[in-house]
Amino acid sequence: MILRLAAASLMARALTVGMTVLAIGLSVALFLGVEKVRTGAKASFADTISGTDLIVGARSGSVQLLLYSVFRIGNATNNVTWESYQDLSSRPEIDWIVPISLGDSHRQFRVMGTTSGFFEHYKYRQGRRLAFDEGVTMDDLFDTVIGHDVAQSLNYSVGDPIVVAHGLASFTEHKDQPFRVSGILEKTGTPVDRTVIVSMEAIEAVHVDWQRGAKIPGQTTPVDQIRQMDLTPKAITAALIGVESPLQTFALQRAINEYPEEPLLAILPGVALQELWGIVGIAETALLAVSVLVVVTALIGMMATIFSSLNERRREMAIFRAMGASPVAILGLLILEAILTAAAGAILGLGLLYVGLFIAQPLIDSAFGLFLPIDPPALREILVLLTVIAAGAIVSMIPALRAYRLSLADGMTVRS
Amino acid sequence: MGADSIINLKDVRFRWPGRASFSIAVADFTVQAGESVLLLGESGSGKSTLLSLICGTVLADAGTVSVGGTDLKSLTGGSRDRFRAEQIGVIFQQFNLLPFGSVADNILLPLRFAPDRKSRCSDPRREAEALCLALGLPKGVTGAKAATLSVGQQQRVAVARALIGQPPILIADEPTSSLDETAQSSFLDLMFDQVRAQGSTLLMVSHDPRLADRFDRVVRMPDIVTVERQAA
Repeated sequence: MILRLAAASLMARALTVGMTVLAIGLSVALFLGVEKVRTGAKASFADTISGTDLIVGARSGSVQLLLYSVFRIGNATNNVTWESYQDLSSRPEIDWIVPISLGDSHRQFRVMGTTSGFFEHYKYRQGRRLAFDEGVTMDDLFDTVIGHDVAQSLNYSVGDPIVVAHGLASFTEHKDQPFRVSGILEKTGTPVDRTVIVSMEAIEAVHVDWQRGAKIPGQTTPVDQIRQMDLTPKAITAALIGVESPLQTFALQRAINEYPEEPLLAILPGVALQELWGIVGIAETALLAVSVLVVVTALIGMMATIFSSLNERRREMAIFRAMGASPVAILGLLILEAILTAAAGAILGLGLLYVGLFIAQPLIDSAFGLFLPIDPPALREILVLLTVIAAGAIVSMIPALRAYRLSLADGMTVRS
Repeated sequence: MGADSIINLKDVRFRWPGRASFSIAVADFTVQAGESVLLLGESGSGKSTLLSLICGTVLADAGTVSVGGTDLKSLTGGSRDRFRAEQIGVIFQQFNLLPFGSVADNILLPLRFAPDRKSRCSDPRREAEALCLALGLPKGVTGAKAATLSVGQQQRVAVARALIGQPPILIADEPTSSLDETAQSSFLDLMFDQVRAQGSTLLMVSHDPRLADRFDRVVRMPDIVTVERQAA
């Protein structure tokens, strides 16, 4: 009955209580949303590469190498010569090696040159392999395999022509060497979805008439003639490596890092990822702190609402006292009301989170390649909700103690 | 203190915490069991303070306040609250009810804090309904929200709440002040009928001397309570 009366009392003050519930709900949704994005981003990054023991590129920073080679974020400051790549490939510790060459683009999507080994060895999300939604891998020099998002956003299907642009933000296109979509990959939730994949030779082919990053004026080599040329790459951007035995990983890494012919860098993807988390950790903590402060602000707002309602509720408390309720029961009643308010806010927040996720999930996925799964609330989220409710109970103790003192002081005197 | 006295105040002094300028003193005041007593007094004569002392929501600084033979000072805070719930039904001047609760919620509220009183009701909801009917309230009123009733109806619900579970003492603090003359008369008739039916003791405070005829005894506040006011 007391619970029902507490709920009825809250309902009688629906407007102010509703605003408090909304404030708590929005703050909880923000906090859970930030958490969702944070954990989603981590999971998404961690799921992007699996089964690759080492990544090799020109010597730079390990995070930089990881970002441009796997996540297509940023650019390589230098390339690895084909000779070095060949040399590395022949090392006995290496089980497989896949070169990648980056630099060109199609619309806003990166073009990546690689070999058929990429489809065989690249794994994501605990060892899943790439699979074709439609079509097959590149058979012809000017065949391309496109990621799921590329096909979706540009409405491409197998057989459609593609013209690759030089560089990332260039208006110069390799329009004399158009590609044909030979295959579309299934959705992976990784940067592969937003990649246009061509062969290493194709990268060379579209640059036949280019020198030092600029097109040679007046030179247009016919496609048929290009097909007859030696299109062995001169350089690659990076290479993904799988070792024969995990025990050899560190020895191979050291050997590559000390490679005498060229300054190279070999990184362990997991270690580089941890380094990346270390860098973004401060921003992550700051973001979390801000969202915690928003929740705290909402709870303080609830406390202020309870405080402001105390005077007008002294009559109600006097009635309870006259009926035999102890001051402790009055204290408990106010805390119970705060718990109900905070619980309603927490549930509203959870609801807003899911509505927000439902609406924003495809937009975030296409804009940032960040797939936020819509799962039932995890234990961590439930704990957050319970913490908010407990915090609501704790902050309500301050006005509840005031009510306790008022009910002691008022006695049977009912004041309006 | 007589053998049948149900309320007794002896050499009581009380000053409200934080209100040093106002204090009251009661030399001797006794109400016999089953008696109906009208306390007549003007505003500021210490009526509400006297009722707070009898109900045990505040404790005397000196002297003894006994209710049903129990010195209220001998009880701990929690047991004094429970004692009040068990022994005393209270009717306020106005705004007696929790407006957000139903009539039934309001009537049954004291039983929540008074297990013995509750045990005297075989079916509390049915008893609440019966009390409402006896007090002239319409059938089915227990399901209505308290805020939807007229002031007169709310006062009758307050009587029903004070009487449920047959507490030995009924304390009414100017319960008719917000009613017109006709409603006053009808309200008092119904209240007295129920009080007599239950054999309860009635202690009612009012400033209206015309009500005196209805009571076994009339006590003027200045005769029992000395109010001291000091300039703040």
